[in-house]
Amino acid sequence: MKKTKWLVPTLYILFLLLPIYWLVSMSFKTTNEILGAFSLWPQEFTLSNYITIFTDPTWYNGYFNSLTYVGMNTLLSVSVALPAAYAFSRYRFLGDKHLFFWLLTNRMAPPAVFALPFFQLYSAVGLFDTPIAVALAHCLFNIPLAVWILEGFMSGVPKELDETAYVDGYSFWRFFIRIFIPTIAAGIGVVMFFCFMFSWVELLLAKTLTSVVAKPIAATMTRTASTSGYELGLLAAAGTLTIIPGAFVIYFVRNYIAKGFALGRV
Amino acid sequence: MIDKTANQKAWFLVLPVVILVAFNALIPLMTVVNYSVQETFGNNLFFFEGVKWFEQILHSERFHASLLRQMAFTGIILLIEIPLGVAIALAMPKQGPWVSVCLVLMALPLLIPWNVVGAMWNIFALPDIGLLGKMINGMGFDYNFTQQPFAAWFTTILMDVWHWTSLVVLLAYAGLSSIPDAYYQAARIDGASAWSVFRFIQLPKMKRVLTIAILLRFMDSFMIYTEPFVLTGGGPGNTTTFLSIDLVKIALGQFDLGPAAAMSLIYFLIILVLSWIFYTLMMRNEEQ
Repeated sequence: MKKTKWLVPTLYILFLLLPIYWLVSMSFKTTNEILGAFSLWPQEFTLSNYITIFTDPTWYNGYFNSLTYVGMNTLLSVSVALPAAYAFSRYRFLGDKHLFFWLLTNRMAPPAVFALPFFQLYSAVGLFDTPIAVALAHCLFNIPLAVWILEGFMSGVPKELDETAYVDGYSFWRFFIRIFIPTIAAGIGVVMFFCFMFSWVELLLAKTLTSVVAKPIAATMTRTASTSGYELGLLAAAGTLTIIPGAFVIYFVRNYIAKGFALGRV
Repeated sequence: MIDKTANQKAWFLVLPVVILVAFNALIPLMTVVNYSVQETFGNNLFFFEGVKWFEQILHSERFHASLLRQMAFTGIILLIEIPLGVAIALAMPKQGPWVSVCLVLMALPLLIPWNVVGAMWNIFALPDIGLLGKMINGMGFDYNFTQQPFAAWFTTILMDVWHWTSLVVLLAYAGLSSIPDAYYQAARIDGASAWSVFRFIQLPKMKRVLTIAILLRFMDSFMIYTEPFVLTGGGPGNTTTFLSIDLVKIALGQFDLGPAAAMSLIYFLIILVLSWIFYTLMMRNEEQ
């Protein structure tokens, strides 16, 4: 039993890596090879798919657009969620429990329900086809999640910390920024991870709210697939490149994930 | 649990969140409510129709069919992902360099854009050019997920298991790592079997994170759209048309705003009620 225990995670990771391997290997193949003979690894190794992406502005701008709205959304969500989570973890106020559940209900709203009204709303306020529109729209599910996780972290910090600081003559905001935020740095790391993750992977709203200028990479992929035939090699290369930012983020927060999950409520 | 002080000024701290979320939630929701009770013949002319669309949706066989498919899908993936995730978390190393490696590799599917997940599984499972398709056909099974409903379901479920089991693993692992060593030593002294260690030490400690895992997996799988849409397009036929796919077909494909809006509200209400039940149970557990 003990000897074979390592087999379970190993097999699972193997299962996880198999489709990713197939995607990466396909990105180095020519379209002819993909559609022609079946091969386990690229026979005619080519970088042309990647060169296309890095030289064609419609492709590489997609990455900039995606990263722009994801970054904006992460910063915005975390900065408004911090004081709110503090209020929920420290104070009782009129309607607090109802407000908390109402926030969570927005995490449960299917994006498909909101796609069309969002399109009309953001067209009406003149933000359609800007990264700001997507960043704001993603707040719908990221802010509730951020408040939920941060509230868990903050409730783990003893209240004596606040009281001592106030006795020492700290004002609320000075205490909050100088002492409290550094104390829950791990929690903020976890929250940023989640906000990045859910904003980066979401496509339905991002696609609905943009058309040309602010088109995210994921939308570029689907549109290319439908207009210029099915260039699988190119699609695979673009897909491979979308994995990289996520992999970076995981690498930086790897130590926080296990710890963060345990402390926070998520 | 911290004892909280009553302070109405705390509303000011919550205000930015409320404004941002309300802007994104209330206005679109009211738009949907507005459409759901009106009929339009184009030209921006709307007529009040009352609950006609709601009656139509609730009696439509198409809606029943997608709802049933949705429930079957969510049920199946919860039954697979939760036990599998717990089993993998139990088998993970507790410390050492391999922990980081495992966590990083396992978190990888979570950060891949959903349409890329769909596209990746499409080229992975296609019977002519995909590795999985070739393998299954090579073993003597006739497998083509673009034509056989069973194969389409199998592929969609396998994709979701691939995509989301890691979330359950991460959560369950976090729950497990909060168990002090002393508990295990006590169990060893008592001569407890592996099963009773799991049943009486590990499972109770994982209860909270598992409730969160079930809640998140339930909500997200009930809203699933992009991955199956890219993988199968809802087909073959309508066999993998889940609620969101059906909704987008009605709303943006046929532009039937009234029925689509009524369906949106019913759909949202189902998720809301079920999540509320989970949430209440979870909070009750926490208070105990």
